[in-house]
Amino acid sequence: MADTNREIVFNNVSKFYGEVLGVNRVSLTIPPGITSLVGPNGSGKTTLMNLMTGLIRPTEGTLSVCGLGPDQPEEFFAMVGYCSQFDSFPRGITGFDLVYNGLMLHGYEYEKAYRLAMEAIDRAGLVQAAHRKVAGYSKGMRQRIRLASAIAHHPTILVLDEPLNGLDPMARAETIALFQSIAQEGLHVIVSSHILHEVDQISDQVILLSSGYVVAEGPIHDVRTDVTDHPMQIMVRCSDPALLASKIFAMNHAVEAKLHTDGKGLLVRTRDVNNFYLLLNQIVESGALELEAVAPADDDVNSVYQYLIGSEGNSI
Amino acid sequence: MSTLQPDWRKRFSQLRAVVTIEMRRYFFTRQALAIYLLALAPVVIIGLHAITSPLGRHCNIAEDTEILAGIIQLFYVHLGIFFGCLILFTWLFRGEIVQRSLHYYLLAPLRREIIVLGKFIAGAVTTSIIFCVAVSLSFIFMYGHFGPKGQQFVFDGPGLHHLGAYLVITVLACFGYGAIFLALSLIFRNPVIPGAFFFGWETISSVLPATLQKFSITFYLKNLAPVELSGKGLLSVFTVVAQPVSEFIAIPGFFLFIGLALYFACWRMRTIEISYAKD
Ligand SMILES: Nc1ncnc2c1ncn2[C@@H]1O[C@H](COP(=O)(O)OP(=O)(O)OP(=O)(O)O)[C@@H](O)[C@H]1O
Ligand SMILES: [Mg+2]
Repeated sequence: MADTNREIVFNNVSKFYGEVLGVNRVSLTIPPGITSLVGPNGSGKTTLMNLMTGLIRPTEGTLSVCGLGPDQPEEFFAMVGYCSQFDSFPRGITGFDLVYNGLMLHGYEYEKAYRLAMEAIDRAGLVQAAHRKVAGYSKGMRQRIRLASAIAHHPTILVLDEPLNGLDPMARAETIALFQSIAQEGLHVIVSSHILHEVDQISDQVILLSSGYVVAEGPIHDVRTDVTDHPMQIMVRCSDPALLASKIFAMNHAVEAKLHTDGKGLLVRTRDVNNFYLLLNQIVESGALELEAVAPADDDVNSVYQYLIGSEGNSI
Repeated sequence: MSTLQPDWRKRFSQLRAVVTIEMRRYFFTRQALAIYLLALAPVVIIGLHAITSPLGRHCNIAEDTEILAGIIQLFYVHLGIFFGCLILFTWLFRGEIVQRSLHYYLLAPLRREIIVLGKFIAGAVTTSIIFCVAVSLSFIFMYGHFGPKGQQFVFDGPGLHHLGAYLVITVLACFGYGAIFLALSLIFRNPVIPGAFFFGWETISSVLPATLQKFSITFYLKNLAPVELSGKGLLSVFTVVAQPVSEFIAIPGFFLFIGLALYFACWRMRTIEISYAKD
């Protein structure tokens, strides 16, 4: 029982924006540590985070964050820091004032608010620019000042929506180090990204989202084996699908293929997509046929996995 | 201080923080510029009158007293403060949504009621300051240009009492209209239509049955007016008090009115969600 006070629990939560689906029937239990929410654009990452922090309310279902809800804002937001995806600020505000005003809203004394604000700004590496207007900041600096504002009150639950977006490699490394130091204190860090590769090294657990559904969750290792166990379908359109099929069978037996009914495409099923792409490249380079298009053939979980996890070690 | 519960002390500092943050913004916005224009237009006119009629050469105190009363009750209460508050208060939350900055408040550890109350106080104090300065300037120009006669009217006659009543009316009008517009802005996206409706209501309410009149801001303010306007023709609609009530009813009745509007605003605020959708 004591544990539910350290977990973030989604209980069959759905959110619809009018007719549009935000997330659907999400049930999750997130233990402390670094958790990544990963999914392509529009998959519901921001929706989940806004739900978690009470900026929006579930259409159905319930959720609780360490035993509290956003209906008790005084306790709740004293422990939650949320760096949202909204890249917007009150008009004409300086970086320092953004952080400082946020702390004043906690009801702190001036000295304490000032000290915490400077500390957070220092951590975000913005001391030089602190008294300049945010409107004149670069994208990365705006990202960092929002991060500073989210961590300034020393939250025990840090929710960060695509926090690495727009940061240079140095700042990325520093920000990641910051997450790790926070997570080591036994706190929650929830990070979203549309590139799994970017966050899987640091995550204790991963939640994969697609079109508003949670398609996989758990420690990164489990999620990855989940993925490699599923064969993946790819549609290849080319000048001579039959020739392509025969060449593929000759070179690799792990691939299934069947001609598309219109005679201009080949539907390929494979567990090892990376290898298949290499093969395809070789065939095309040999000049035997002309390629028109290559695309994941289905919109199901597999193609999302591939999109997310295939990027690892490869390009994108 | 120590008698306050720690919780309440914190809430009080949070409220103070909201008011401070908000007030620093208001005086220099485009909205404030419009309010300055509304507030200062009569001051300019009275100033011109004072220049063209030094020492009351072409006018007399009784007449000018009535003109000033008319300017305050007809222009300021009905138009200037009304539209000033419409401009400022409907923008308090709307502006944060348009500029996509409301979430900074919603993510802070304070009750949403405090956000509403803080913004309301900041807005009401701002408009009160602007309009009280304008009303005082109008008053000074109006009686100043009579020289010693004017001085006598102000300090030995009923002048100071008038000024006090005008300032009370001004402040109450800012708080009253402010509360209503704040509440309206949380229901309607576009405040123009409900604003026009409310304007029509305030205008015609004087000819409605006495019970209905009590649901308008001007009803209470009219009861506090120090100078009765000899309403002629159509203007009497704005000035005649059908069924006068005493100040002891007018002021509490007024605060009840404000309280209800704010209560409603808080209730809306508790369920508000961030969407920042394109309008
Ligand atoms: N305010 C809104 N009104 C209507 N639909 C919305 C709103 N916010 C989100 N949606 C829809 O909900 C779905 C999920 O959006 P969400 O912003 O959560 O995705 P995301 O994973 O954060 O995407 P991104 O990587 O682009 O940030 C999308 O289909 C989106 O169009
Ligand atoms: Mg998002």
